[in-house]
Amino acid sequence: MNKSEERVIEGRIYVLGDHVDTDQIIPAEYLNLVPTIAEEYEKLGSYALCGLPDANPPFVTPGKIKTEFSILIAGRNFGCGSSREHAPVALGAAGVRIVIAQSYARIFFRNAVATGEIYPCETDERLCETLHTGMQVQVDLNENCLRHNGDAARTPLKPLGAVAPVIEAGGIFEYARATGMIGEKDQPRP
Amino acid sequence: MSMTITETILARAAGKTTVAPGDSLWVKADILLTHDVCGPGTIGVFQREFGPKATVWDTDKVVIIPDHYIFTQDEKARRNVQILQEFVRQQGLPHYYAPGTPDYKGVCHVALPQEGHVRPGEVIYGTDSHTCTHGAFGAFATGIGNTDAGFIMGTGTLLLKVPETMRFRLDGHLPPYLMGKDIILTLIGDIGTDGATYRAMEFAGELIAQLSVEERMTICNMAVEAGAKNGIIEPDARTLDYAKARTDKTLAPLYGDPDAGVAWQKDYQVDLMEPCVAEPHSPANHALARERKNVKLDRAYVGSCTGGKLGDFVAAARILKGHSVKLDTFLVPATQTIADQLQTETIDETPLARIFSDAGCRDIAPPSCAACLGGPPDTFGRTQGAEVVISTTNRNFPGRMGSKHAPIYLASPLTVAASAITGHITDPREFL
Repeated sequence: MNKSEERVIEGRIYVLGDHVDTDQIIPAEYLNLVPTIAEEYEKLGSYALCGLPDANPPFVTPGKIKTEFSILIAGRNFGCGSSREHAPVALGAAGVRIVIAQSYARIFFRNAVATGEIYPCETDERLCETLHTGMQVQVDLNENCLRHNGDAARTPLKPLGAVAPVIEAGGIFEYARATGMIGEKDQPRP
Repeated sequence: MSMTITETILARAAGKTTVAPGDSLWVKADILLTHDVCGPGTIGVFQREFGPKATVWDTDKVVIIPDHYIFTQDEKARRNVQILQEFVRQQGLPHYYAPGTPDYKGVCHVALPQEGHVRPGEVIYGTDSHTCTHGAFGAFATGIGNTDAGFIMGTGTLLLKVPETMRFRLDGHLPPYLMGKDIILTLIGDIGTDGATYRAMEFAGELIAQLSVEERMTICNMAVEAGAKNGIIEPDARTLDYAKARTDKTLAPLYGDPDAGVAWQKDYQVDLMEPCVAEPHSPANHALARERKNVKLDRAYVGSCTGGKLGDFVAAARILKGHSVKLDTFLVPATQTIADQLQTETIDETPLARIFSDAGCRDIAPPSCAACLGGPPDTFGRTQGAEVVISTTNRNFPGRMGSKHAPIYLASPLTVAASAITGHITDPREFL
């Protein structure tokens, strides 16, 4: 999906710490679900972050398939571990639109970009210690910043850099089509 | 310009004479590996983007090894294997290892080299983070998601950024109580689970020649636990002999230039390393086994791509011979070949399988990923409660082996076996 037009995202945040791994984002028990099958995509969303330790509030309310938190805030190395694309897919299917972390594990970041499911943004600020789950924020990708309390608190986000053209295009396939690497969808061979 | 081995491989596969870290390149695949957990989604992406009648770019280069959820009654898991089988039939893919047939192999990262699909100097993409295992053979091998894999299925290439190289120089003499698992857990403990993010971990030094192919696999397998894009060891006679014995294809190994610059280098003396564990819930939580005697355990587990190879079972059997286990002890050979070898390989004329049964271990399970990553509730060895586990596998995140209330300690098969005898974390030197 092409999210390039969604430049300003408002919503409530869910706050996580460092090294949140893919087993916590989507436990292996649910990897029998295939992300490209529509009803299983939805179901993956309902299990998003259910592997977090019990002390965390539920990310998706039991019985619901979508989360009330559209923005995730995390510390270092978000998404470490497995190459399971089910992880960014589960977050996207649950209704997450953007993750703001200090850093990402490589494969998770790449899968987020390649699928176009969520924006993986970075910041140098340790927001996971200053913001709290449930707060309402606004993420402005035109100005690369996060705001809360109106304009009173403004946190700069890092530009997306080398992957920006891929994200702007809407994922690896759209990027490859835009650059002539592969043909249009009905005639995909170059 | 001088290049590291990772750079020489990427340059050749991208059709360039030189590349530098940070370059974005279209890098051709020599092998695309997938399995039952990520294969159906990869096929879904491929057919959605290239059309239902599209054909894969090269049938000889797609290898499908179902291994994750094989011995389960889970309906969706069984359906996923059917999706693979249907795709293999439709595309006429020659390299498929079907469950329930004599072709079934087991864990993909051990089966891939075993069946001759790993060759030095080549580029291997796999829909599994532990694809970095194959750097043990001097290949560039990295884990990718379904979408990237679907793209490769149609095009044979992927846009990659050339990683910087971190060189781990390992010198000294390998003591008999130390294994590849101790070495990689020590290194990850040193640099952290994001210490090598986006980078290549290159392992070099006097130690390499002392390591079997399997031990090199153990080390490269866990490069991703430090966040690396790939782990790699330059090929030598041992790797070339291994590969040659399993393929008819001509080998074209590549090496780094001796004066190639690296982003980071550190020297380690392996004689100074000691048997260790990674404590819950991170592979970087390094602790010495001898300093964790107070940790009481419920379960021991030997298996997986990193810890279920023949040498891992030989190591465990060396310790267990003539002893009885106090822990509930699970053994899962990575492949059927290894399962067969447990019956034929001996220590002092006793088959390994006999040593394990005499020690009171559970019956050896059929080869698969099993409890390494939890899986469906009926998975062999999966934790269901608050069992404290010591395991030769590669991850100990919360819930990794099933229950999120079950703490997992990672260790070498020597340490796991010693601990199985005593019931608490035990340095294997007590039994050697």
